[in-house]
Amino acid sequence: MTAALLDVQSVSKRFGGFAALTEVSLAVRPGERLGIIGPNGSGKTTLINCICGALRGHRGTIVFEGHDITGLAPYQRTRLGIARSFQIPRPFSSMSLVDNVAVPLEYVAHRYLAHRGPVAAADIRAEALAILDQMGLQGGADAPAATLTQVGLRKLELARAMAARPRLLILDEVMAGLSSAEVDEVLTLLFTLSGRGVTIVMIEHIMRAIMRFSERVVCLDAGRVMAEGPPAAIAADPMVRRIYLGA
Amino acid sequence: MRDWLIFGIGAAALLAGAVVVTQTIENEYFFFASYVVLQFVVLATAWNILGGYAGYVNFGSAAFFAIGAYIAVALFKAFQAPLLAQLLAAMAVTGLMGFAVGALTMRLRGVFFSIATVAIAVICETLVVNWGFVGGARGTAILQPSAPPLFGSYTRMLFVAMALFAVLSVAIARYIETSWIGRGLRALRDSEEAAESLGVPTLKLKLFAATASGALMGLAGAPFALYMSFIEPTSAFSLNYAVSALAMPIVGGTGSWIGPVIGALLLGSVQQIVTVTVSSELNVLIVGLLLVAFVVAAPQGILGLLQRLFRSRGAK
Repeated sequence: MTAALLDVQSVSKRFGGFAALTEVSLAVRPGERLGIIGPNGSGKTTLINCICGALRGHRGTIVFEGHDITGLAPYQRTRLGIARSFQIPRPFSSMSLVDNVAVPLEYVAHRYLAHRGPVAAADIRAEALAILDQMGLQGGADAPAATLTQVGLRKLELARAMAARPRLLILDEVMAGLSSAEVDEVLTLLFTLSGRGVTIVMIEHIMRAIMRFSERVVCLDAGRVMAEGPPAAIAADPMVRRIYLGA
Repeated sequence: MRDWLIFGIGAAALLAGAVVVTQTIENEYFFFASYVVLQFVVLATAWNILGGYAGYVNFGSAAFFAIGAYIAVALFKAFQAPLLAQLLAAMAVTGLMGFAVGALTMRLRGVFFSIATVAIAVICETLVVNWGFVGGARGTAILQPSAPPLFGSYTRMLFVAMALFAVLSVAIARYIETSWIGRGLRALRDSEEAAESLGVPTLKLKLFAATASGALMGLAGAPFALYMSFIEPTSAFSLNYAVSALAMPIVGGTGSWIGPVIGALLLGSVQQIVTVTVSSELNVLIVGLLLVAFVVAAPQGILGLLQRLFRSRGAK
């Protein structure tokens, strides 16, 4: 067995008296496609926030590529290769789509090149346009992000996360609100990324997407890992069906 | 690079012009009034680095301005320190103050940050009022040194110095705005969480912006006592500085370095004209009314109005 890319070791997080996560341990292999499911309030987003550093003051350790990253700021974790999307899109509203994507290009992917002036600026713009093109956002690339639709905003979340050139990409309901055809489009894109060796962790309520995409599914409930296994086994698990599907 | 060359030529021409007028214009009042307008260019540009680019609204600009002035006075009284040493010391202290304000952004955002900056201004004023060495509440008189060679009077020299500070601070703001630093600041203004998750070291950038902003505000205030020949806390910590420092960028437009310059030249000149022709009490009222009008009717400032004008022309 190869060493885990991401190793979450008995992480617990409390908000006052509420235990959002209790002793959650989770290992993600390099190149794996992992799905995380669970009812609302089961701690999925809290877990992501702990992994990415947005939430501090949790117990347990988080190890990425053999390094303990528990004490690192979010931006440092991104530079090590962890990128995420937000469940509620957080665009840079006043900036154009190109500039939105240029931020991770300048601060992560080309952070030494970006400090060198106009030649680099042209390269970064070209690369940002290419990423937007991949996401079907090439039209209006110079319009402010505030003009995007909900669907456009979710695509922009994904485009920005990809621009950070992550080795581990964590997607928090990136497909919510997308049409069936768009879900397929995004899935195709994610399979391509996965084929290039990017490890992907996906939180999603769209079961069709989770079941098709994931090699392994983890089910959270009330801040604990209740079940994990291949998608088919999870879908058939009577406990998962009871807590999640309500059947 | 080419636009920096144009900017550099423009800046050099302006400075040369400032030196030329000290030799050609006879009226001393011209320099007295222009100094104030240029001082507002520095103050507004400095405010905009933190308030406009990063979105952290500082209501305590007067404290930075006054502390800059008082550090210069203290050095002058204690050691007869030369002007350059006074300026550098003022910038160092107000830069540190800015750094401390930047550290506040770890815990305070939006209106709570602004309230904290008001509190800092009150604390600073109280400290100065009780600082006997620089005159406390009574204030202290500072004799202008004799006119330096080349310039007809000390005020003329300060006018050229302030023109230099204005060009310097605008160049710094322009560099920040057009570089990767500016993009990072804009990103964190729109969403700090998203910026951080995309690799932007938000705290470092905020500390940098707050330090640069504070140091430049201190620079704007440092020659104040020598210019006035007198300093006392009420005028140094005047509400006028705090209001103007944010009103000028907002009226001009906070998105670009030229916005605060336009706002400061416009409001600063109007204030000077009103002070002379109508009354000195009225000028704060005018700034306040213009601020309200722009916040309500044109939140993007004069720059935003111009952009809209050109866009609708282009569409036709």
